[in-house]
Order: sequence, then structure tokens, then C-alpha cells
Amino acid sequence: MAEIKSHIGTQNKKGQTYTDAWKMMHEAPRNPSFYTGSEVIKEALRRASCDVMIAYPITPQSEAAALIGELFAEGYIGDYFRGESEFAVMSQCAGAAFGGARVFTTTAGPGTMRAMENFPMWAGARLPIQMIVTCRGINSPLSIQPDTIEISYLLNTGMLVWHAETAQDFFDWILKGFMVSEEPEVHLPLALCCDGFFVTHTKDVVNLTPADMCLPPYDPYRSPVPCMDMECPPVRMMRDPFIMKSNYISYATHASWQQEIWAAIERSRKHTIKWINGLIDTENTDAEVVIVASGTAVSQGREAIRLLEDEGVRCGLVKVKSLRPWPGEEIREATKNAKHIFVPEFNVTGWLAKEIKATIPNSERVHAGPHVCGGMTMPPEIIASEIKTALGLRSESLAGRGS
Amino acid sequence: MTQYRVLPGPEHFLPPAAASMGIYLPNPGEAHINGVIVPEEKAYEEAARQFLMAQVPTIFPGPLVLWAWNEKAAKKAAAVRKLYEILKECVQPGQKPMLIPMPDYRPKYPKINPEVEINPNHPNLTIWHNKIDCCMFIGVHCHQANLSLKIIRGGTSCYTVAMCAQAGHEDAMLSFRDASVEKILKLGEWIRKLKGTVKPRLTTAKTSASN
Repeated sequence: MAEIKSHIGTQNKKGQTYTDAWKMMHEAPRNPSFYTGSEVIKEALRRASCDVMIAYPITPQSEAAALIGELFAEGYIGDYFRGESEFAVMSQCAGAAFGGARVFTTTAGPGTMRAMENFPMWAGARLPIQMIVTCRGINSPLSIQPDTIEISYLLNTGMLVWHAETAQDFFDWILKGFMVSEEPEVHLPLALCCDGFFVTHTKDVVNLTPADMCLPPYDPYRSPVPCMDMECPPVRMMRDPFIMKSNYISYATHASWQQEIWAAIERSRKHTIKWINGLIDTENTDAEVVIVASGTAVSQGREAIRLLEDEGVRCGLVKVKSLRPWPGEEIREATKNAKHIFVPEFNVTGWLAKEIKATIPNSERVHAGPHVCGGMTMPPEIIASEIKTALGLRSESLAGRGS
Repeated sequence: MTQYRVLPGPEHFLPPAAASMGIYLPNPGEAHINGVIVPEEKAYEEAARQFLMAQVPTIFPGPLVLWAWNEKAAKKAAAVRKLYEILKECVQPGQKPMLIPMPDYRPKYPKINPEVEINPNHPNLTIWHNKIDCCMFIGVHCHQANLSLKIIRGGTSCYTVAMCAQAGHEDAMLSFRDASVEKILKLGEWIRKLKGTVKPRLTTAKTSASN
């Protein structure tokens, strides 16, 4: 068998040049373009040297999935098809990744939930699949509107989980995400999440890398597990009595296997920090009031900070970019001066506030809110109002318009 | 900075993954000893010392070097064989170097033959049976190597070395990264250099108590 050679500098069948990923993302010229989030997903994929994309329609990711179909028709994606359901899609993604392909898919809301069984399987099998999650409501009565509750279900699957705020984050992190998750000591799937509609269906100026440059192809021979082989674990273990054995050795193997997945998440820390420039971004964290948020709640928080500044209230901001690996140390450091920590979220349970409370000392400083859910918007005024109320400042009621 | 150190076991009923305890992998040109990052040169010396000190120093080659799936693998396999020959030349009477392959990763039923192979799902059986007190993994896929290294640390007192072709292994007591033919042979040179200067252990590893 021929040894794997570097592809850098050579061209693919579309005439794109395989480019060193760091140079492509950090040194290549950028072209400002006015795109929706869905279009940005397509443009990132155009440059991703993706072997397989598997699609299934569910709002709000359907548009992105369809646009990637156009990329396939243009010859930029190795293979593309529609699965029978989200569960089937994620299983088919596993099959393609087991075979050594760079695999990409998109899902949302109830689709994420339907496919859930596959995600710990992906992580356990060390498959570096990238999945875009355009978050929406998941419960009955049905809602297709933005809601980030599904992220909380992904946090303990063993996947890497990042939460993009903007379409620019999205473009950059799709490409950078492959670089992190395909590192041999990481080699885990990535759930790259955004707030549906707010990011996918709004237009923004996004600086794109040149379309004639693309990522180097995935090299499956650097994988920490062999390419698909029915005689190898995990497949062999699943059809062996090993899965049923009740003895110390069997338990120890399964336990060690699980530990290895979470060790790989820890190993991703240094690569994630390098590629997305830290697990968090911070502004003015010497202030006594700090907003900690992820996704578009960061944008709303930023706007609330501007409103508060007009009223003489100084407020810091922590943008949480990566949820797995979890930036525990970074958040402890960024909030060490804060007397009040506000965590605005687009979900009913406040999962980010719970994570933060479990991370920092004196967790009574955390105000878990404001929360909105089910598709409600979160005006910056309600964040500012909640902060002012907590500080004992006068705040006008925003709930009603009665006389 | 973590206070945790990756030391010979038996460590715990279920030893933690070293990465989860704050141990980081070395960067290119570095290695780690017990979880502490060191210059690679220092790791060669320590690995050679551990081999020469052990009563049963053992090399465990895995599928990536056992099968001639490319030219580089074949060359590495020859280098591993050379390292084993050097080890045999350099040990003292009473020491028993071994070369035991990990040909695949399937759990073995009804029971592994520990005299002829090691398996990542129950590596302790081979280590206990042969009273191995120092071993080196090479050519084992990283996930399977980490699986083995944790189980070995959990249930035996064997000193573990990893000669990894990728980024290294925190779960070994000593790990190289970016393993190549040159690095394998360089370890052999260090074993030759230290020949006769290291006193072998007189008793077997604590593992015998666990048999």
C-alpha cells in the first residue's frame, strides 16, 4: 500500500489548491460577502474537502442541507444523499466515517433528539464527524422557533460541542472544527451549534477565505482506531459476548474505553484554544457585573452592556465559545472579580447557568437569567432590566403596555 | 499545574485517565516522564535505564508495525526487531527480555494465551503471567494503547513506555511521540550506552502478589 503523501500545494478535481489549514484560515486574504447563515455553511463546505454529506429535512437546517446538495452537483462533495430519517442519517454518517471519509451533516431540534443514540456511539467509535446543530424547540406542542435546549442533551455524549454566535464564527469554526476533531489524539465528533433562524436565516457580512483554496483531505491512517473492520472493536465487541460479560475485565475495558473518550475531550483543549483563539472571549472582566453567555445570547448581552453603560453601569462580558471542552478554569478566572454574574439563555432550564454554578466558587453570585424560550426573542432591555433590579436600581416594567 | 503523576500501579480500583487529571501531551521534540514534560533526550536515557533495570523487559509491537502495510511499517518492524536484539545483548544473567505481539484488538475467548500475545482488553493477564515489570508499546493504535495503559496501571506495577507515532500517551509512565525508525534505533543506542551501568531489580514486580 502506498504511503500517504502530503497533498498541500496540489489541486483537487475542481481546481482548488489543498492549502495548509493554518495559512488558509489566518493568512489568506478574506473576501467580505453578504450571506445568510445557511449560505455560509455551504461556502464553508465548499472549502472543506468533504467526502460525504448526508441530509434529512428539518427546519431550520433544511436550507443548508439543500444548498450542500448544490455543492455536490457542482462536484465539491464526494457523495451526498438523503437518509430515511435523522436516526438513519447519523448511522449512515457513522458508516462513512468508519470507512475513512470526512463526514458532515446538519440537523436540528427533534431531529437531534431522534438521532441521539448515535452520538455517544460516534464518540465511542472515535469518529470525527462534524454535525451542524441549528437549535430550535424540541417539545410538544411543536415549535420550530429558536431554543437552545437541545444543546444540553449533547453535553454528555462525548462529542466536542461548540456554540457559534455569528455567521462569521460559523464559517471559521466549520473549517477549524475539522482540524481539531481530526487530530489523532482527539478524533472525536464535533457538534457545532448555532441558534436557529437568528443565525441561519439572517444575513450578515462574512469574510470568506478564497474559494480556490481548500483544506487538506482527511487522513484516516492517523486515526487512533483502525478503519472499519468487522473483526475490530467496537464492532467486534458489540457482536461478542464481551458486551454481556459480567466480570471485572469486561467492566474494566468498558470503563477504560469511556475514560478514553473524555480524555480525548481534554486533549482537544489545547487544539481548540489554538484554533478558535481560546475557549472564551472576554471584555471588561474587572467589572463587578459580568454577563456570561453563549450563542446569540452573547450578542444580546453585548447590546445590554451598551444600554447599561449609557446609565453609568459598567458590565463585563464572557462569550463561551466551547462547551466541550468546558472552559472551567477560564470562567473561574474571568469571573473572579464579579459580584454578580448574569447568564441570559434561550432555553427554559438554564443549562449554561447550571454549568457555571458548578464551576465557580461562591455560586450564589450567579443569576440564572433572564431566560426566554419557545422562540421568544430576548430584547437587550430585559437583560439590562434584570441587572438593574439585582443592583437595586430603578427599572421600568417591560412586560405590558397598559396605560 | 497538576500535582498528579503517572506512576506504576496498582493505582486504584479504576485509575483515572491521566488527561483528565491535567496531564498534557508533549509537543514535538519533547517527551514525558511520569506526566512531566521533558526534553526527548532525557526520555531516551530513562527508558533505557528502565529496560536495563527490569527483570522482564518486554516490547509489545502492535498491528501498525506487525503487518507490512506500507514501506515505513516494514522498516519500523525491522527496527523493533533490532531493538529487541540489542536488549538481549545488553541485559545481565537472570533478566529475560521478551517480544510479545498485540496482533489485533479482539477480545480473546475463552482465554488469551498470555505466552504468545497481549490484548488491549485484558493486558494485565499477559503481564501477570510473564511477570513483566517494564514494557514498551509500539505500533498500537492510540485508542487501544491508552485503553491498555490504563488497565495496566490499574492492575499491575509494570512500568509502561509508549513509542507513539502520533502525539504520545499520557497514560504511559514515559512516552515518546512521532516515533520513527531513527527514534527506535536511538533508544537501542542508549541501551547499549548504559549497558553494565544499571543494576537490575532482584525481585519480580509487585504484580505477582495480584496473581
